[in-house]
Amino acid sequence: MRTGYDLELVHLTKRYGDTVAVRDINHVFSPGSYVCLLGPSGCGKSSTLRMIAGHESVSEGSIVLDGSDVSGLSPAQRGTAMMFQNYALFPHLSVRDNVAFSLRMKGVDRETRHKKANDLLDLVQMSAFGDRQPAQLSGGQQQRVALARALITKPKVLLLDEPLSALDPFLRIQMRTELKKLQRELGIIFIHVTHGQDEALALADEVVVMNDAVIEQAGTPRDVFNAPRTEFVARFMGGHNVISLNGGKVALRADDVRIGETGLSATVTTVEYQGATVSLLARTEAGEEVFAILPEESFFKAPKSPGDAVTLAWDERRLHRLQA
Amino acid sequence: MTEVVREVTLPGPVDAPRRKSMGAGLIGWLQAMPLVLVLVFFLLAPIVMIVIVSFWGATEFSIYPDFQLDNYAFLFGSDVTYRVFFATFKYAAITWALTLAIGFTVAYFLAFHVRSQSMQIALFLLCTIPFWTSNIIRMISWIPFLGRNGIANSTLIEWGLIEQPLEWLLYSDFSVILAFVHLYTLFMVVPIFNTTMRIDPVLLEAARDNGASGFQSLVHVILPLTKPGIMIGTIFVVTLVMGDFITVRFMSGSQRANVGRLISNDISLLQYPSAAATAVILLITVLMVIGILLRFVNIRKEL
Repeated sequence: MRTGYDLELVHLTKRYGDTVAVRDINHVFSPGSYVCLLGPSGCGKSSTLRMIAGHESVSEGSIVLDGSDVSGLSPAQRGTAMMFQNYALFPHLSVRDNVAFSLRMKGVDRETRHKKANDLLDLVQMSAFGDRQPAQLSGGQQQRVALARALITKPKVLLLDEPLSALDPFLRIQMRTELKKLQRELGIIFIHVTHGQDEALALADEVVVMNDAVIEQAGTPRDVFNAPRTEFVARFMGGHNVISLNGGKVALRADDVRIGETGLSATVTTVEYQGATVSLLARTEAGEEVFAILPEESFFKAPKSPGDAVTLAWDERRLHRLQA
Repeated sequence: MTEVVREVTLPGPVDAPRRKSMGAGLIGWLQAMPLVLVLVFFLLAPIVMIVIVSFWGATEFSIYPDFQLDNYAFLFGSDVTYRVFFATFKYAAITWALTLAIGFTVAYFLAFHVRSQSMQIALFLLCTIPFWTSNIIRMISWIPFLGRNGIANSTLIEWGLIEQPLEWLLYSDFSVILAFVHLYTLFMVVPIFNTTMRIDPVLLEAARDNGASGFQSLVHVILPLTKPGIMIGTIFVVTLVMGDFITVRFMSGSQRANVGRLISNDISLLQYPSAAATAVILLITVLMVIGILLRFVNIRKEL
């Protein structure tokens, strides 16, 4: 018996007519974990999230939260709360009334619900903005309000649909730190849908990579990054080369590739200086592209330019055989 | 030729700032002028004329320029005025309530239940089909339907629901309001549809996520957000109904009266000063109604 709130997807399937958006996925989200659902657009990650939230009906299978099947319940009965991609704040209500909306629906009196809303606004450091209208807030502030509105329902699971995609890069990094901090404080499951692998690696306790309606691989960020199971995962996580060696495909991290004396001969096609590192793209005799990230200092000891012949070398132990 | 060019170009830089400050204002006025002229000639001047005439005097056979309050005194002293104004308000209120209920339902259905946009447009155009014929024809076409031996009565008798033809179907308040609702519902549908279309459906999901029932979403999210549309539709319908006289005349068989008919009767009797005075009071009344409506919703802010 697991303790705390855990969430389990059992043979979960979503069909839209003839197309299958989510195909028979099984997964257990462990209590208090920050999980990122990662994948390209159209891979089924959003459908999965929306099924957990109750905004999309389940075609087959079930969603088990804290020991009971919630797939037939309404969103509010499930103990989940969702933060929408563009925040979906009610434009006609003040920030405080937005946060207090779910309490108002329950018939909580004004004084109590405003007090609760103020507490939540404190939590997201927005207490000074309670009387503003959503249109008067910046994107980052709107997001905090949306977060407070979702959390006031005391959810067992918070679902975040691409929460950072509408923010500028600087704010995105700041907000992701805060999301992580908040999740630790609250100790509930956060399920965060994203198509950015850097975001997933930075935030998640567990990364679930989805592709083509199924879970391709799930694990800690380090496991997924260092031991991609399939070619798709290796390519999607980035920083990997997928090359054919000895009749099979192997993944090799770009920062494990060196320019050496013996190894695979190739021709340099592109060199990009990136500050601390230099990225070098080379084409092997078999026609495969190999991407190498070289430390700046070692590269400039023997600089290469496009058209030069190089020998690519690596430590054999760093090769990782792919299953598909 | 070169001299001319020099003459034109040389003072240019010196002239430019002055021309900008003075010319910009003038050009702005000139640009607004066509509309100003249209409004002055076709809106302001007639109203001023009506106000002036409302103080004139009249006998059975002549009208003479004057400044007297007789027309207003007679208007406010007459019992008929109050009854007719009351009837006008009654028509406006009932028509408003019915067009609002129908208009909101249609707009809600179009905006939230019809998924594809092409279907939305097709259904919306369907709503406008009655407008391809004239008001009068749409109104008159009710008469064979509602008449004593009309389609409605004969069908109901055939079904055995009634024994005698219903007398109140035609030439009654019922038929007047029916025609009003028929004629003016679209004026309610269009602005409400316009605002409901702009409501992000995600807001309804957010409301559901926060535990709102369908009815609560309607009351707490959709209605507040469609208020500007409702208000614009209300202004259309209320002003149209309050200013109408032909519908009341045709559909009541001249048995009911509203302020419009009062004015039209005066005009047919060539009592222009009295008609003008009634028109001025009606105009003030309608403006007051709109003023009160605008207190509830700031349309400009919401647009």
